[in-house]
Amino acid sequence: MTTKNFLFVNRKAPYGTVYALESLEVVLISAAFEQNVSLAFIDDGVYQITKGQNSKGIGMKNFSPTFRALGDYDITKLYVSSESLAERGLTVDDLMELTYEDADDDYAEKPSIILVDAKGMAAMMAEQEVILSF
Amino acid sequence: MAMLHIVNKSPFERVAFDSCLTHANAGDSIIMIEDAVVGAVDGSSFSGKVKAAMADKTVYVLGADLAARGLDGKAMDGIVSVDYAGFVDLTANNDTTQSWL
Amino acid sequence: MASLNIGGKDIALDEEGYLENLNDWTPEVAEALATAEDVTLTSEHWEILNFLREYYEEYQIAPAVRVLTKAVGKRLGADKGNSKYLYSLFPYGPGKQACKYGGLPKPTGCV
Repeated sequence: MTTKNFLFVNRKAPYGTVYALESLEVVLISAAFEQNVSLAFIDDGVYQITKGQNSKGIGMKNFSPTFRALGDYDITKLYVSSESLAERGLTVDDLMELTYEDADDDYAEKPSIILVDAKGMAAMMAEQEVILSF
Repeated sequence: MAMLHIVNKSPFERVAFDSCLTHANAGDSIIMIEDAVVGAVDGSSFSGKVKAAMADKTVYVLGADLAARGLDGKAMDGIVSVDYAGFVDLTANNDTTQSWL
Repeated sequence: MASLNIGGKDIALDEEGYLENLNDWTPEVAEALATAEDVTLTSEHWEILNFLREYYEEYQIAPAVRVLTKAVGKRLGADKGNSKYLYSLFPYGPGKQACKYGGLPKPTGCV
């Protein structure tokens, strides 16, 4: 199977619309087909990975724990827009601790979240072969 | 005539919330639900507008939607958190409601 | 809609035999789902079912087979973390079949 660099760009808050959940489903499917998958969280997309989400009160499934499984799927690069966090009064400390085990480094646990500015995000996007936006 | 304004879209994604604040009158109430609750967070680029609105309007947030997005405890002072029953009371206690979809 | 009768209670299944409501699951439900496919659940099967249920509890997804295999290997040892072993227990596919008996949704990415 041909392996390509896939980037999923997430720009919507979770729960209010179905985009965030649908994106995550396609991410998992792409990874199951052993594609090289990265994720970007821009604009309201940063709310998808905030810590302490509790959706019991709105009667919807809290799917944020699934982001912690991405390391098992060899998805190790989650790019987060630093400007988007700042505009929303958030810092990286408000996000879940998402990690992966590096098979090339004795399975050491390493952070998956990469904080980048718009310039860094643009440069990363330029290296992708397939970009899917949600 | 007191009006309840219901906003459900993020102020960072659409102008509906901003438009609501522009058109709400003194004495009106505004409630943030669904994705609009992100507008309740202190220290954002939008919080100044909400603070300004609170000078002569009451601003509410649906607590369950705030908690779902991991934003519990991040709402700015002065915003009143309500549950679904409180939301119903607000619609009953105002003469009219307007949804800013 | 198909259903399963366990101790006088009707349990709804979808068209592929997975539980409609994940909260309906009990060990008796697992036994009945397996029996319906002529499978007798052994302690080896249960080891995998329990592992899958714990994985779902923590991450809210049924893992893809590749991920399951790797995770089982890490937890239960390399002699169990391989497709040969898992397929010997669940010949219709460890993802599909084990998730069904374990009361989980069909794994994402499973076609």
